[in-house]
Amino acid sequence: MKSLRLSRPPPAALFRRGALRPASTLSASTSTARPPPPHQRPRPALQQRRHASSLSQRPDAKYLMFPGAVKSQFSHELRFVQPSAHEALPTYRAVDQHGVVVDPSFAPDLSDEEVVKLYRDMLTVSIMDVVMFDAQRQGRVSFYMVSAGEEAVSVATASALAPEDVIFCQYREQGVFKQRGFELSDFMNQLFANHKDPGKGRNMPVHYGSRELNIHTISSPLATQLPQAAGAAYALKVQRMQDPSVPPRVVATYFGEGAASEGDFHAALNMAATRSCPVIFICRNNGYAISTPTLEQYRGDGIASRGVGYGIDTIRVDGNDFWAVREVTRRAREMALQDGGKPVLIEAMTYRVSHHSTSDDSFAYRARVEVEDWKRRDNPIARLRKWMEAKGIWDENQEREARESIRRDVLKAFSEAEREKKPPIRAMFEDVYEELTPELQEQMKQLRRHLEKYPEEYDVSPFEGGKESLDK
Amino acid sequence: MTSPSSLRAFSKALAPRGASRRLLRAASSSIPALSPAHRRSYSTHPPNAKLNLPTDYSTTPLLAHSPHAALGNPELPPEVRNGTTKRMNLFQAVNDALSIALAEDESVLVFGEDVAFGGVFRCTGKLAETYGGDRVFNTPLTEQGILGFAIGAAAQGMRPVAEIQFADYVYPAFDQLVNEAAKFRYRDGACGRSAGGLTVRMPCGGVGHGALYHSQSPEALFTHIPGLRVIMPRSPLQAKGLLLAAIRSNDPCVILEPKILYRAAVEQVPTGAYALPLSKAEVLKEGSDVTVVSYGQPLYKCEAALRQAEKDLGVSVELIDLRTIYPWDRETVFRSVRKTGRCLVVHEAMVNAGVGAEVAAAIQEDPETFLRLEAPVARVAGFSIHTPLMYEAFNLPDVARIYDNIKKVLEY
Ligand SMILES: Cc1ncc(C[n+]2csc(CCOP(=O)(O)OP(=O)(O)O)c2C)c(N)n1
Ligand SMILES: [Mg+2]
Repeated sequence: MKSLRLSRPPPAALFRRGALRPASTLSASTSTARPPPPHQRPRPALQQRRHASSLSQRPDAKYLMFPGAVKSQFSHELRFVQPSAHEALPTYRAVDQHGVVVDPSFAPDLSDEEVVKLYRDMLTVSIMDVVMFDAQRQGRVSFYMVSAGEEAVSVATASALAPEDVIFCQYREQGVFKQRGFELSDFMNQLFANHKDPGKGRNMPVHYGSRELNIHTISSPLATQLPQAAGAAYALKVQRMQDPSVPPRVVATYFGEGAASEGDFHAALNMAATRSCPVIFICRNNGYAISTPTLEQYRGDGIASRGVGYGIDTIRVDGNDFWAVREVTRRAREMALQDGGKPVLIEAMTYRVSHHSTSDDSFAYRARVEVEDWKRRDNPIARLRKWMEAKGIWDENQEREARESIRRDVLKAFSEAEREKKPPIRAMFEDVYEELTPELQEQMKQLRRHLEKYPEEYDVSPFEGGKESLDK
Repeated sequence: MTSPSSLRAFSKALAPRGASRRLLRAASSSIPALSPAHRRSYSTHPPNAKLNLPTDYSTTPLLAHSPHAALGNPELPPEVRNGTTKRMNLFQAVNDALSIALAEDESVLVFGEDVAFGGVFRCTGKLAETYGGDRVFNTPLTEQGILGFAIGAAAQGMRPVAEIQFADYVYPAFDQLVNEAAKFRYRDGACGRSAGGLTVRMPCGGVGHGALYHSQSPEALFTHIPGLRVIMPRSPLQAKGLLLAAIRSNDPCVILEPKILYRAAVEQVPTGAYALPLSKAEVLKEGSDVTVVSYGQPLYKCEAALRQAEKDLGVSVELIDLRTIYPWDRETVFRSVRKTGRCLVVHEAMVNAGVGAEVAAAIQEDPETFLRLEAPVARVAGFSIHTPLMYEAFNLPDVARIYDNIKKVLEY
């Protein structure tokens, strides 16, 4: 009950008049302002007032001094807030779908070469996606996920971060990896789970990770990365407090609008807000969570309105507008580092053009024409290309040349990675604990003996070191 | 070990292939072909294997391949035994059970992530159309929300059947299951309310390429919780009867469905409504020298292993399907081990603190059974690690490991 002494309770008179009372005591009939029957009055609050005297309500104050809603104005109107009465939060756009600048204050902050590099990043992701989707259909990899239509969200946000900023992804952000310097061979080594995969062949395809690039390894369970991002941001904040020579850093974390329904999302925003963590929450709102459309995912104004609810600076942006996404992220990073740090939420509106994954056929739940319409209407790569062409820094020839050379590079990396050996079998026992436990050592020996005894029953040849890797 | 055909079954379970070509420009022609020497697939069987062969679901004696075999099951009620059967795979049998439950009891609700369009494994196909969106619906993406919601509905007299998309994703709902569903009746005491109407379904187990988060079998986490009934069916016929029993049961039930069987396991399933007994094991094959206790998919591997062991060693092996993993049928297991004197427990989940530990401990604790033991109770299970992508063939129990352990307990 320590907090009681600090709390600022409401005057009992307010409740008596019935003008304002905790929502929990409001009955279903809302048209009258009758006070609740005595037994329903908020007794704990009244008692609290008697004991808590350090903070008091000034007589005749216009604002309520509840500790939980410090600047709430008294009102004699009994009115419920109706979300439908509010306009939806606006969507910021710098360049429209024709590649035309619509924000008069917009000025590109990148050199032509830098823009072309980022454009090529988006193109690379989209070409790799096509190749790998097909590779899965051929049985060359077990699984793949494309990010078609969402390339700008990942590439443009990443481009506005510093390389030393720390990133937690969901899974549809290959553009973040590409922008940061993940090579095609890095993608392919992970996808083929070969011995060069830092994940040691343990993870499903697309679960990339890179310590060098400050991107944590992707984890399938949704939204778990979000509170972790808040905690990581707090770590960066404390570390800089303890050593001001460390450059200021933020954490950026990505998630879908579906993942935002998980409890972890709410926990993350609230913890980040209360501990003032320098973290940027980047939502890819692409309209679907597998088959579930946003209409069945939430009824509020997207994900952005939730940021406001948690006291977090928030913006909604056109996720297909490379420039808008970049600019918004650049500002978000500045804000996240202000006043010792604070969270920022970005909701990037886009559309999942392809199936959820290679395991999904989206035409079982959405019309082909919906997808076709979207593809015709808007595409982040086409949009930036139009802008570049209008500026005279890109043309048809360059486009063709770029696509061809990227495809060549992708296929080359593909073939090389596919031929590599798998990691040693031993890797299945390692990293459960920092050191192999006696139990695991025994299990390793047991497996070794078993493979020796039944050599025909197992194919150890793809694995580096064969069964001998289990010795030691 | 997983066969190529079951791998295909898994990807097909999620998607009719080919549909996506139209969405993405085809690049197939440009992917260089790979020489056979370099072809690597996930967990396929080696060419000279004699034990670790793919399970042949079309011939296994564990499935009812004829109507006669299905209707001969003595656990079926007489009117069902006199009825008809239909060939179904496991997801169709689950769908059939859900459909019967929705039709026979209007307090039944079916919901979860992506359930309305049929679910990612097609278990709930057509149910929303048939029984309406008020009783069959999509939820937002929140497992804790789904199970909390289900418990509340159960406490107010409904019979919710909640789907968790993968068993690997049940953990956000752990609090609701452990602290709420399991304890609801206990804490309400004489008030008499419970969450007994609750049934939770979740696909579990390895498929060859599910890796860390699409392979887990977390049954032992739930068998540690008094108050929950934990069930894993081995076949379509069993899945239908056990699911209907769970839905009708007044205890909260957790059903783990081996997802590799959704399409792979096909058998004749009685078309009528029937419940199979909960917390009752089934002796699938009688034998006198060793008892093999298992549940779910590994039963097929046990069957192949014991067939080979009987042939090679001239012994006779008894095979028991626990079916309900907790509270489990101790008597059937004890009776068998008192006869054979040797026991092997097989499951996919990690060996450490798993179901095998509980079964083995209970066997040696029962004085009469202990005295009959000729060898220590053996466990064949996943190693004490996570479920890594490339190493599933070495991690999950396979025919060779089961065979080897049958031999070991015999030679002890
Ligand atoms: C905790 C958890 N529950 C369920 C799943 C299964 N699942 C994987 S992706 C997905 C949909 C996610 O949708 P969204 O967050 O909108 O991201 P998008 O796929 O649209 O990029 C679901 C339900 C999961 N991975 N983790
Ligand atoms: Mg989405």
